Amino acid sequence: MTAAGGGAAPAAPPAGAAAEVFVDLRGIAKSFGAIRALRPVDVVVRRGECLGLVGHNGAGKSTLMNILSGALSASAGTLAIAGEDLTGRYDVRGAHRAGVRCVFQELSLCPNLSIAENARIAHPALHGFGWRRRAAALMQAALDGIFPGHGLGMGDVVGSLSIGRRQMVEIARAFTETEERARLVILDEPTSSLDATAADQLVAAARRFAAAGGSTVVISHKINEILAVADRIVVMKDGAVVDDRPRAAFTREGIVDAMGHAVERARSVRASTATAETMVEVPASRRDGLTFRAARGEIIGLAGLAGHGQTDLLLAVQARRRGTRVAGDVALVPGDRSTDGVFPLWSIERNMSARWLPHLRRGGLIDLGRERAEAGAWRERLALKTPDLRNPILSLSGGNQQKALFARALGAPARIILMDDPMRGVDIGTKQDVYAMIATEAAAGRTFLWYTTEMDELFHCDRTYVFHDGSIVAELAAAELSETAVVQASFKDHSVTDHAVKDPA
Amino acid sequence: MLAALRGRIAAAPWIWSFLGTAATWLVTVSISGGRGGEEIISAALTFSAFTVLVSLGQMMVITTGPGNVDLSIPSVIALSSAVAMLVMDERAGMIVPGLAAAVAAGLAVGGANYGLIRLLRIPPIIATLSSSLVVMSVAIVLGRGLKIKPPQVFADAVTTKVAGVPLLAIVALAAAVAIAFVLERTLYGRTVSAIGQSRRIARLAGLDVERASLLTYMLSGGLAGLTGALIAGFSGGNSLDQGAEYLLLTIAVVVIGGTSVSGGRASVPGIWGAALFMFLIVTMLNASGVSPGLRMLITGLIIIGVIAVGGSERAPR
Amino acid sequence: MPRFLSWSAAERLLPALTLAALLAGIFHQQPRAMSYFGLDLLLNLSIPIIFATLAQMMIIAINDLDLSIGAFVSLVACIGSTLLTTEPVLGVLALLAGIAAYGLVGALVEWRRLPSIVVTLGLSFVWLGLAVIVLPTPGGRAPAVLSTLVRVKPPFAPLPVYVAAVVALLGWLAVSRSSMGVVLRGAGGNPRSVARAGWSMLAIRVSVYATAGVLGTLAGLSLLGLTTSGDANIASRYTLVSIASVILGGASFTGGRVFPVGAVLGAMTLTLAASFLTFMRISPDWQIGAQGFILIAVLALRALLTRWKETS
Repeated sequence: MTAAGGGAAPAAPPAGAAAEVFVDLRGIAKSFGAIRALRPVDVVVRRGECLGLVGHNGAGKSTLMNILSGALSASAGTLAIAGEDLTGRYDVRGAHRAGVRCVFQELSLCPNLSIAENARIAHPALHGFGWRRRAAALMQAALDGIFPGHGLGMGDVVGSLSIGRRQMVEIARAFTETEERARLVILDEPTSSLDATAADQLVAAARRFAAAGGSTVVISHKINEILAVADRIVVMKDGAVVDDRPRAAFTREGIVDAMGHAVERARSVRASTATAETMVEVPASRRDGLTFRAARGEIIGLAGLAGHGQTDLLLAVQARRRGTRVAGDVALVPGDRSTDGVFPLWSIERNMSARWLPHLRRGGLIDLGRERAEAGAWRERLALKTPDLRNPILSLSGGNQQKALFARALGAPARIILMDDPMRGVDIGTKQDVYAMIATEAAAGRTFLWYTTEMDELFHCDRTYVFHDGSIVAELAAAELSETAVVQASFKDHSVTDHAVKDPA
Repeated sequence: MLAALRGRIAAAPWIWSFLGTAATWLVTVSISGGRGGEEIISAALTFSAFTVLVSLGQMMVITTGPGNVDLSIPSVIALSSAVAMLVMDERAGMIVPGLAAAVAAGLAVGGANYGLIRLLRIPPIIATLSSSLVVMSVAIVLGRGLKIKPPQVFADAVTTKVAGVPLLAIVALAAAVAIAFVLERTLYGRTVSAIGQSRRIARLAGLDVERASLLTYMLSGGLAGLTGALIAGFSGGNSLDQGAEYLLLTIAVVVIGGTSVSGGRASVPGIWGAALFMFLIVTMLNASGVSPGLRMLITGLIIIGVIAVGGSERAPR
Repeated sequence: MPRFLSWSAAERLLPALTLAALLAGIFHQQPRAMSYFGLDLLLNLSIPIIFATLAQMMIIAINDLDLSIGAFVSLVACIGSTLLTTEPVLGVLALLAGIAAYGLVGALVEWRRLPSIVVTLGLSFVWLGLAVIVLPTPGGRAPAVLSTLVRVKPPFAPLPVYVAAVVALLGWLAVSRSSMGVVLRGAGGNPRSVARAGWSMLAIRVSVYATAGVLGTLAGLSLLGLTTSGDANIASRYTLVSIASVILGGASFTGGRVFPVGAVLGAMTLTLAASFLTFMRISPDWQIGAQGFILIAVLALRALLTRWKETS
């Protein structure tokens, strides 16, 4: 354990506290009706330790963490915190009292409240005269400590912030302390909406927290992130723990193997299928920006820091806003399934066909037989895991829901496919399937506009536009593409040192 | 076994309204000593037909999502009954133009409702409330407090029976079947359900959200317009308060029928079930001779009871 | 960003500006209204509407809607004009039972996850039924205390002005400023996150509904004081008026966006609208419609302000 901690970061936990177990989960199991989400699992988290938790969607990570945060109660097993057996009398409040905090994947701030007011929601102790001032000071200190240079005002209403900044607030709130201390912070996909700088700041903060004796559990699909932050890594698969070793004992390939999928293919520059025919053209939004162009059969990457105008461009193309030239039907693959993608009341089939409906009509009426047949064909093609397409969409795992959304867009006769960071929280297996399909569809003459927050995915593109502050600041051909090139372009007129200067730490 | 049954009922929430209807009818008939069961059914079918026609429109509006509700229905009924009677002017030849004018008035109000919601970004409750005030004024001015009688042919037609079934009930049944078909088999119907689940997602999925909203408010207005004309024909002329009871009644019927209040899921059979149920409750309480106050009290408790037993509504997300 | 600020301020000030414009219109038409007694006459009916509006606002704050408040206010007035006068102890108990019933309905809505619109719709029949049972025909007599209380003539300004100011201030402190108010609005903004933070949504909903019951009771009693006799339908229009007032005050139906001061101003605006139309000599036929136009005009103005704010 100490060896692993030393390997990941120089900060050694205080002597003596190193081996002390903070959370002890023994034989924890959970069933939802007939479905066993968790087989009996044993997991411990020690003081001063950062535990990495990996596994595909549906491996049971979130269920386990929901039990640890008190949101769910286990069907069997014992739960002890700081040596005290809390089995059977543990709930959300109990978790808070014990110092267990959770940053959930879907953001859990109140959008109508200010940053300071959101601190109040998390802290019952913030009441009485002057609570506003105390809440603001608390959040200011937490944000300054973790994300120096964040530029947020404590009176800012959360709903007016970009999703990346909301995530910063959410994370910072989990580390705030009143009379209730933060002893264990669970971070579930914490960097999904953070840009590279903020993600690095968070990793550093998690290490500092560990050095001070706090514990963290980090869940992430980004394996590099886990390798960078964790002291120990637990791998879950099908509701069970399949591996649990110090960080030093793992390699990237080792983790991917343990999770149960083939190692990601070696990256290679793809042979472009672009033609000369322009399908989309969006004029520069500012004088110094670049014009956006996409040709038939081309895959275009949209890169840059999260929330810098990539999604706006996609929406402008979809709505055919004035000034944009769009030569053909457009279909969109959303990334945020719950707010942008899934019709929760509908079956898988209906979710798929929503975009095809105009083309499924015969004499003004929807041809139900054709609807069923085409949905069935997509199930085969995407290896969608469901016994019946008439099942509700929410019965699928996140990755499979995302597949249905791909079917929705690709099944329409649209020539232009927009993708709004569609791989958020999707497992590696699904990703590989989808990458292959995108390449095939591009070869068949479709144009893809692909916004992604994952660097790796840009290597599947023919060209990449880098966004900054609402406009395009760079265009990179596949051969020129590198992480450094994208990062440099993202910070073009915004020196990185700007942020460093304000760092109070 | 029990779980399977529960699943079946969850898939068809309108079943409750029919069970309630049957139970209420049985009680009513037993109170009256086993007599008059048939007349009760006939009356229930006639009066429920009006309720069904307006409630179908309300159902479509409510299905387009949280906050969508049409409060202008009573005013539209008042307006369209006046319009229909004015146009018909007791002449048999003008029945069709009269009906058309009534429907057109309803469509116009529906279109205006949508215009307010869209252009002024007013919540639908407030938009339809405001427009209903204006529409009511127009109805007052048009009607001038006079009650015009319907042409005799029209009055006969709305009270006639075909093979023992009231003609109105057949019309309302046809309307219900048509709406069910529209919901399942047309792009418009699917769009209504889609925007009820999430307007944003529907838009991103490439569906024409605005067109569907406009059509829905016009449909609700048009159906209320038609109903207004029919009520005037049925009750011997137009009057301003003919629609008053339909404000709360349509909402109650839609929801008891199993349509999701949070939008996205319509239940057409439930409209019939709930309309019959609501009528029979009143009949039952009248038959058992309770005071008007107690009758309302019991009606309210039944509405709450039905919804408490039958429907946990919010999406499990 | 001073432009942005000024649009925001304008938006927040809109309820006050609307009220001021309406008052100016009335004073222009009827200068005599610009007096202590004129104002008292114009505004005294706003007292019960203000209370009913705040009751509705509490419910709207947690994304529910109360379609029964009008009937409840009527019921309170009926109880007040009968039981409360003849058997005060029983009357008070009946009023307390009404508040408790409101709380129970909140519990039912939360526990069974029911849509508030339907439950309160059913509830409105219950209140109305009870009101008819208590007072089958209009009549009864208000307790002398109530009638005296609402006819108090304080110095400088008539009673409704004081009531509005005090109620607005208390509402602002409780809902917009206090730490409990934050939890209330948070429960409207993101109920799941509030529950996850360890707050009991059941407790929140029950307290909100019970508070609405208390405010509804105050509305009923003040209305009774003004009218001196009860009627089962006396306040039936309060349901829609209260919703309109809350929205006029700048609130949204969902997301915990409510503004107590705006709601109070909205209630006063709607009270004055009727008098304004009378002073304008608008034919009685068109008075209802003109109220609709006023509502539409104010909301259109708000929509314009929002749009300008977004584009500037």
